[in-house]
Amino acid sequence: MTGPAAKQPLDDRPAALILEGVTRRFGATVAVDAVDLTVRSGELFSLLGASGCGKTTLLRMIAGFEIPNSGRVLIDGQDVTHAPPYERPVNMVFQSYALFPHMTVAQNVAYGLKQTGMARSERDDRVQEVLALVELDSFGRRRPDQLSGGQRQRVALARALAKRPKILLLDEPLGALDRKLRERTQFELVNLQERIGTTFILVTHDQEEAMTMSDRIAIMQGGHILQIGPPREVYEYPTSRTVADFIGAANLLEGTVASVEGRSAEIRLQATGGAAMAESDIPLKTGDAVTVMVRPEKIQAHRASTGAANELSGTVIDIAYLGDLSIYHVQIADGVRVQVAIANRRHADEAPFTWDDAVFLSWHPGDGVILIT
Amino acid sequence: MRARTSIASGLGRRLVVGTPFFWLVVFFLAPFAIVFGISLSRSRFGVPPYEPLWQNGALAARLDNYAFLLDDPLYLTALLNSLEIAALSAAICLVLGYPIALGVARAPKSWRAPLLLAVILPFWTSFLIRVYAWTGLLKKEGLINDALIWLGLAAEPIQMLQTDFAVHLGIVYSYLPFMVLPLYASLERQDMSLLEAASDLGARPWRAFLTITLPLSLPGALAGFLLVFIPAVGEFVIPELLGDAGTAMIGKVLWTEFFNNRDWPLAAALAITVLTLIVAPLAWLEHLRLKRSEASQ
Repeated sequence: MTGPAAKQPLDDRPAALILEGVTRRFGATVAVDAVDLTVRSGELFSLLGASGCGKTTLLRMIAGFEIPNSGRVLIDGQDVTHAPPYERPVNMVFQSYALFPHMTVAQNVAYGLKQTGMARSERDDRVQEVLALVELDSFGRRRPDQLSGGQRQRVALARALAKRPKILLLDEPLGALDRKLRERTQFELVNLQERIGTTFILVTHDQEEAMTMSDRIAIMQGGHILQIGPPREVYEYPTSRTVADFIGAANLLEGTVASVEGRSAEIRLQATGGAAMAESDIPLKTGDAVTVMVRPEKIQAHRASTGAANELSGTVIDIAYLGDLSIYHVQIADGVRVQVAIANRRHADEAPFTWDDAVFLSWHPGDGVILIT
Repeated sequence: MRARTSIASGLGRRLVVGTPFFWLVVFFLAPFAIVFGISLSRSRFGVPPYEPLWQNGALAARLDNYAFLLDDPLYLTALLNSLEIAALSAAICLVLGYPIALGVARAPKSWRAPLLLAVILPFWTSFLIRVYAWTGLLKKEGLINDALIWLGLAAEPIQMLQTDFAVHLGIVYSYLPFMVLPLYASLERQDMSLLEAASDLGARPWRAFLTITLPLSLPGALAGFLLVFIPAVGEFVIPELLGDAGTAMIGKVLWTEFFNNRDWPLAAALAITVLTLIVAPLAWLEHLRLKRSEASQ
């Protein structure tokens, strides 16, 4: 998802959320450690990480359920660091949806509007409007226990949108849905976000979900943000081994810098002793210990040597058939394997390689990314 | 093989369902039938102190006792008085018990078990002794009056024992745990994220309590109310020990008919009437509730 062309460039838009050195400790553990973050107005932003990385605590500090030990939270330019949840212009879609079981769908959606003292007729109109937005117009009189999981998720969404929040927070909003429904809902959510233009901040552990939906992703680990960027950027140009490993599959080959010429460098690989070409924006000097990262789908495999600059030879030792593509595990040296993804354009029984085949692997120098850590 | 296991599991199921059935038949339905039989009889001197229902090959049932209950206003007055005292006491229990139950349910997890134990702890002493202990506290030269006079809050001892106040106090004190426990159960299993959602949607804590916590705990409150109200209607020990001789509660009247007047048939008729008057409306309410929940399905 790259967003429609009509969208204003992100950097020109005002900030919807600014976090300044936000830290939250629970006893001796630091859940969120001095995080700085700016989310632009109208952005669909994801916090991505494994469980325990601090992404949920960060979201709860934006919502007001947790107060930071230090740092500041600014929403729409207002310092709300110590404001209670009921005074913040944000609303949340809870992971469990947290629908009020003793109220109808319409009453659930109207709950937030009632707290603001909105007139009844205006309230009823708004409830109908947001229910129409999530295509539940005719479900207003049902109770939550009479709805399917997907419908409940949409009620939670409608309830959180009813007050027209400055920022909508979504805590693993699709986690409870089955795979097919999840994929459809991802697109529905993105379309909805583009239509209403509200800033969405989404917490997820599912990298596919983050990649599909987000304008930008923040990858978190151990209370820190490792990298922030659009999906394409964090996938193609990760800045650390952890990010490379977390987003998609990555071949990580260790080596030392043999020579540098502009952005490209020649790396002597530890595993084979051979040379490989790769690119980096980081200034390098000869002798630096680095890692070369190559995505499995960027590698070509051939039966004979092609004489390309980046070439490794090895033996096929494992094949994982995934239907649309197959992953070949190629051993290039003792204990060092490279994964190669090849699309299955023909039937699998006509696969180009089989076990124990000798293969030559190569990739375009620009597809190799040099990582320092 | 399959048939045998299904027979075995069928037997198991019958055993599981049958046990409470058996219990109810032997310890509730059978005694109820016996008491009902006695209520249709006439008292006499002798053992047993009532005439057999089956006399000279004919059924000698009569409704005289029920007619007598309607005739003498003593019984109706006592019944209404009992209902009033029980309802007021149950309401006081609800008001006192709710904050206790909420406090325990919202306490840190490791605190809940000891706090619940503290609520149940009085049950480890005999009920009779605990009620009797109140006479020592409430009487004219008792601890409370002594303290009030010593503090200068009262010029002379206040009559507390043998009043309706003492009866209410005794019932509230004795039955409070029956209110706290079901309330606690319904409050403790409430999903805390509902309160977070309410707060997120702009509800201040007090509004969130009124709109979320309170309505969701109503079934627990109703269960607690009935658990206090029903036994309190028939309470005998508390009005006997703490009330005055004129406190006409239906349990005391029943006791008098049974032990003092030795009129077993009249006492039995009274017991059946009270039971019916309490059970019938409850059964009707339950019926309505079931019908409503079926309709909403």
